[in-house]
Amino acid sequence: MSAAEDLGLGAGAASTLQLRREGAVLRLGFAGAWTTQELARHDPVLRKLDLDGAREAVVDLTACSALDSAGAWVLDRTLDDLKQRGATVTLVGSTPAIETLLGTIARQHCELPPAPPPDNPLIAVALRIGRETVRIGKEAADLLSFLGLTVTVLLRTLLRPWRIRLVPLIAHMEQTGLNALPIVGLISFLVGIVLAYQGADQLARFGAQIFTVDLVAVGVLREMGILLTAIIVAGRSGSSFTAQIGTMKVNEEIDAMQTLGLDPMEVLVMPRVFALVLVLPLLTFYADLMGLLGGAVMATIVLDISFFQFARQLSDAVTLWTFWIGIIKAPLFAFIIGMIGCYEGLQVSRSAESVGRQTTRAVVESIFLVIVLDAMLSIFFSVIGV
Amino acid sequence: MSEAATLSNGGGQIGSGRIRRGEEILSVTGLRTQFGPTVIHDNLDFSVRAGEVMGVVGGSGTGKSVLIRTIIGLNKARAGRIVVFGQDLAALGDAAMRDLQARWGVLFQDGALFSSLTVAQNIEVPMKEHSDLPPALRHELIEVKLAMVGLPPDAAHKFPAELSGGMRKRAGLARALALDADILFLDEPTAGLDPIGAANFDSLIGDLQRALGLTVVMVTHDLDSLYAICDRVSVLVNKRVKVGTIDELMREPDPWIQEYFGGPRGRAAAGSAQRSAQEDHRAARHNQSQATPQEGA
Repeated sequence: MSAAEDLGLGAGAASTLQLRREGAVLRLGFAGAWTTQELARHDPVLRKLDLDGAREAVVDLTACSALDSAGAWVLDRTLDDLKQRGATVTLVGSTPAIETLLGTIARQHCELPPAPPPDNPLIAVALRIGRETVRIGKEAADLLSFLGLTVTVLLRTLLRPWRIRLVPLIAHMEQTGLNALPIVGLISFLVGIVLAYQGADQLARFGAQIFTVDLVAVGVLREMGILLTAIIVAGRSGSSFTAQIGTMKVNEEIDAMQTLGLDPMEVLVMPRVFALVLVLPLLTFYADLMGLLGGAVMATIVLDISFFQFARQLSDAVTLWTFWIGIIKAPLFAFIIGMIGCYEGLQVSRSAESVGRQTTRAVVESIFLVIVLDAMLSIFFSVIGV
Repeated sequence: MSEAATLSNGGGQIGSGRIRRGEEILSVTGLRTQFGPTVIHDNLDFSVRAGEVMGVVGGSGTGKSVLIRTIIGLNKARAGRIVVFGQDLAALGDAAMRDLQARWGVLFQDGALFSSLTVAQNIEVPMKEHSDLPPALRHELIEVKLAMVGLPPDAAHKFPAELSGGMRKRAGLARALALDADILFLDEPTAGLDPIGAANFDSLIGDLQRALGLTVVMVTHDLDSLYAICDRVSVLVNKRVKVGTIDELMREPDPWIQEYFGGPRGRAAAGSAQRSAQEDHRAARHNQSQATPQEGA
């Protein structure tokens, strides 16, 4: 008893475990507050309790000032453990409240099934490769059928142009086009500078600095302008399409739409794809201008080629086709980016995590497909000789 | 920090043993909350005693959830003092606030489980964050908590998206109970459950509250819950609260309170509560005549 009082005075409500052996009797004193925060110290001791021949165990709760459900569990487990090992167990000094709690815990405990074990790493790798391959195959097929659906709805909408939703169309054009001007302009301008600078360095060895203009012009107009713009737009707008539609999917808004007789393809997908198809050629044109401007500025500063000379060399270097080849690709790329953005959005399941996953997927897939298509078109154009 | 430590070590009997039953565990004085020009609470006083179940009711938009969110610190009050376990929330540092957070559990409306974690991992989060329990003991405690809230063992390794609404609430409750909190805040615990599920959830909360000596503050629209488990009820009217037992509140002249408890639904809930109380009484008498009464049961 005096030990308990000491405890109360000394360490406040902190808990202690007293182990005493009296012949064949093992005495366990639970003193103080046996609460969750205190258990880390006692749990290992109680798990490795050594009976050492004792036939009888007395568990003394007289000095126990408080017990919460975690403490009750540890107490209950210890009692069970002692009984299992053949000791006679007596519980001393428990209050009705403690009895109730112990009863509740003991009655309600059940073993969890083990967590699904991690697979053998080799098998896991094989499984993952297989699973991903199947997923990619399935996704390619799904994407193809979504492409068919989009084209069908697109044609249907074009036949009945009054069904195009103008307000969302314009809003998306503003978001994906107008608001992208600063970043697209800046990046194109910088790439123009880089091309001019690197080109000038190499061409100077042949004394052919003036051809830097050709390099910049062909590079920017045919490839860099459209490719950079497409990549920026995929990162900026394709991802936001997925996130918007995906969040609507999580909130069951898409389901609500369908029950109201609205077709998500018409209401959500069409305005976005249309907006992007209309806006990307314009953005590309703007990117071309900024890229050339960057090249021209660099040429003036480093190569001493004046704007006038630059312009004359430019008109010699490129034909109108060089420009058109860049622009023609824009609606195609826009269609791919918009379609994938919307498709991935519609693939979201009902969790926040899947919105993030699909968004990543949308960006990766659309950039990948844009570059693949660009490579194919490059070969195609060179075969037909433009 | 040291002040917080000494306070939390004061002796006691129930729950985690730091507070005595009937003591004021939570008090709010002169609270004013405001969103832009809209005043939600004005000069509101509210207090909860240890070991009681306090219901918070009020019409839509009267700020029931806002009151709870303000108390647990998710919302800034414009004026007023919030004292929990004798500590003024406004005066607490980050470390003391973290200690305090380990002492209350919150059940949000739809459970608010972390969607990327399984149920078992969800329950483990507060244990990992606020205690140094060894992994094996954590695992056992998860089993105990899951069983306490009545979830089947195979739910442990499921993700929240795979559970029904009622199971998500139970899992949320298990997470709120993970550290044997002294105060449990429940935001509409029975909303969206079917009547049988709601009644089960009510009795679950009642059982846990008695077994663990919890203090419960619950926002609810459910009159049956009020009659079934609440000791006192706070009604939010005119940006203040009126507190009392249901009988006391029914004598209030306020038209909203009259309508609430005196309306058809209020009367129905009162009637069914009375019937079940009579049944309990009869059953208790029946038991008594069969067995000798047990001391302190």
